Amino acid sequence: MEKFTGRVWVMGDDIDTDIIMPTEYLVFKTIGEMKPYAFSPLRPELAAQIQPGDIIVAGKNFGCGSSREQAPEVVKALGIKCVIAKSFARIFFRNAINNGLLLIENADLADDMKEGDEITVTVNEKIEYNGKDYPIVSLPDNLVEIIDAGGLVKAMRKRNGLED
Amino acid sequence: MGMTIAEKIIARAAKMESVKANDICTVELDYLMSNDGTTHITVDKYNSLKHPRIADVSKLVWIIDHNLPCDSVKTAASHKKMRDFARANGIKFYEGEGVCHQVMMENHVRPGQLIFGADSHTCAYGALGAFGTGVGNTDYLYAMVTGTSWVLVPETLRFNLHGQLPEGVYARDLILTIIGQISASGATYKAMEFGGEGLKTLDMAARMSICNLCVEAGAKTALMEVDEITMDYLKEHGREPAAVFAPDEDAVYSEVYDIDLSSIKPIVAKPHFVDNVCDAKDAAGIHIDEAFLGSCNNGRIEDLRVGAEIIKGRKVNPGVRFLVVPASRAVYEQAMKEGLMEIFMEAGAIVMNPNCSVCWGSCQGVIGEGETLISTGTRNFKGRAGHRESFVYLASAATVTASAIMGEIATADMIK
Repeated sequence: MEKFTGRVWVMGDDIDTDIIMPTEYLVFKTIGEMKPYAFSPLRPELAAQIQPGDIIVAGKNFGCGSSREQAPEVVKALGIKCVIAKSFARIFFRNAINNGLLLIENADLADDMKEGDEITVTVNEKIEYNGKDYPIVSLPDNLVEIIDAGGLVKAMRKRNGLED
Repeated sequence: MGMTIAEKIIARAAKMESVKANDICTVELDYLMSNDGTTHITVDKYNSLKHPRIADVSKLVWIIDHNLPCDSVKTAASHKKMRDFARANGIKFYEGEGVCHQVMMENHVRPGQLIFGADSHTCAYGALGAFGTGVGNTDYLYAMVTGTSWVLVPETLRFNLHGQLPEGVYARDLILTIIGQISASGATYKAMEFGGEGLKTLDMAARMSICNLCVEAGAKTALMEVDEITMDYLKEHGREPAAVFAPDEDAVYSEVYDIDLSSIKPIVAKPHFVDNVCDAKDAAGIHIDEAFLGSCNNGRIEDLRVGAEIIKGRKVNPGVRFLVVPASRAVYEQAMKEGLMEIFMEAGAIVMNPNCSVCWGSCQGVIGEGETLISTGTRNFKGRAGHRESFVYLASAATVTASAIMGEIATADMIK
């Protein structure tokens, strides 16, 4: 299983899609143009601070609200390796998987986590932080296949023998 | 084992005898609705496919409603992309006819159907006994190309409604009360099913308002039992049900709630969460800069009647912009026939064409730094209606109109 270590940004409960990608920037043509404004209603400075490989750890109901797919797309474009939350809103969950963004549910980590600390994730197995292991539930194989391929469209291409 | 309404609709769409919560099913969709919020992206993704095809074009309904009339060159380009694609491919297309969910309810949705919409408030279709659920544009694209998708069969929360709402209390107050009770994640990945004798006291407008907001509790869909009121609405609009499903007596619910409608009071949801509710009276006196009566939640003729009755012979407070936005052309025309638009215009309201308006915070009526909006829209997230340092309160048509008159949050009885 894939294993990686990353620096963590901590967020609270109910981080909604309008926080992740505010409506006023949805008119931009590319996700690249939207990137600087990710999370801006809550933390305007955050998008510039996020480095590829960083991890978001949040409370419950991450991604609640709108069906805008730009929300998970911009999180992935910022280089966020995965989002770990107590729970995810369902449309966001599907949209994230469909864009190859790894989501992990864990009930306890957010309460223990200190921003800026590093954690190590072994996909479908555990999170290691501060000398403690946090177990995680396995994602079904078909979802792992989609994430590994980089999203649903790419996974379908691969399945149909149509390489990019 | 008995089935809930959600299970019966998925079983039909999956061509299976029965399904149960947490099964994963491949389903055929009855309609695929998409609006100008994201369709231009779907078109780009479609055009990037190696073998693009539309499984069944008769199931596609595309609606421009979010930024209408369009407000910038960038928006015009995305609208043009959507419009051109719809025309070239023979997709059913609406522009200027109303907010997508209202247009779908007036023209397409039938009981028993399973419908994907590239918009989170697609759960509104449950008012007509259809399973509507919001998806992103990749899920939409997959369904557009294959005609199918996969769904996890949701567990169901059952709401038995009893009694009747008191005078001056509306469906909006009821659903905000329920969301406050179960929280913004209380129905995540679940269906919310409504029935009971109290349902018979709620007209179609009230039912749409309730189902529409269920996604704000995280629900995958909302469903109401089909009755004479549903059948009358369908008949008026010239449609028949696809299938009428009632829940089995031994259907399995993850939770059952009994709601006494007579106990509901006027409610507001305070910034910045829909479940952050309080009695409207406890928010009374909070200064407002703008009031919005409209949206897929409360822009129907019934809502405009409520507002017009309150504001008739009165004036909008000079410190307030009061936006009145009918949810569809049909609603607009009816309001004109009844003289409601005259009442709003004479009172000093800004009456606009049917669209999503400030409810989605990008089109008209956006609010500035430090400003406060009271709204019948769907959400009050931070920055939802404009500047990130602005404030949105959600309330019924009555409370919004009363507040527009007073210049501060007020319930209708406070201005009598």
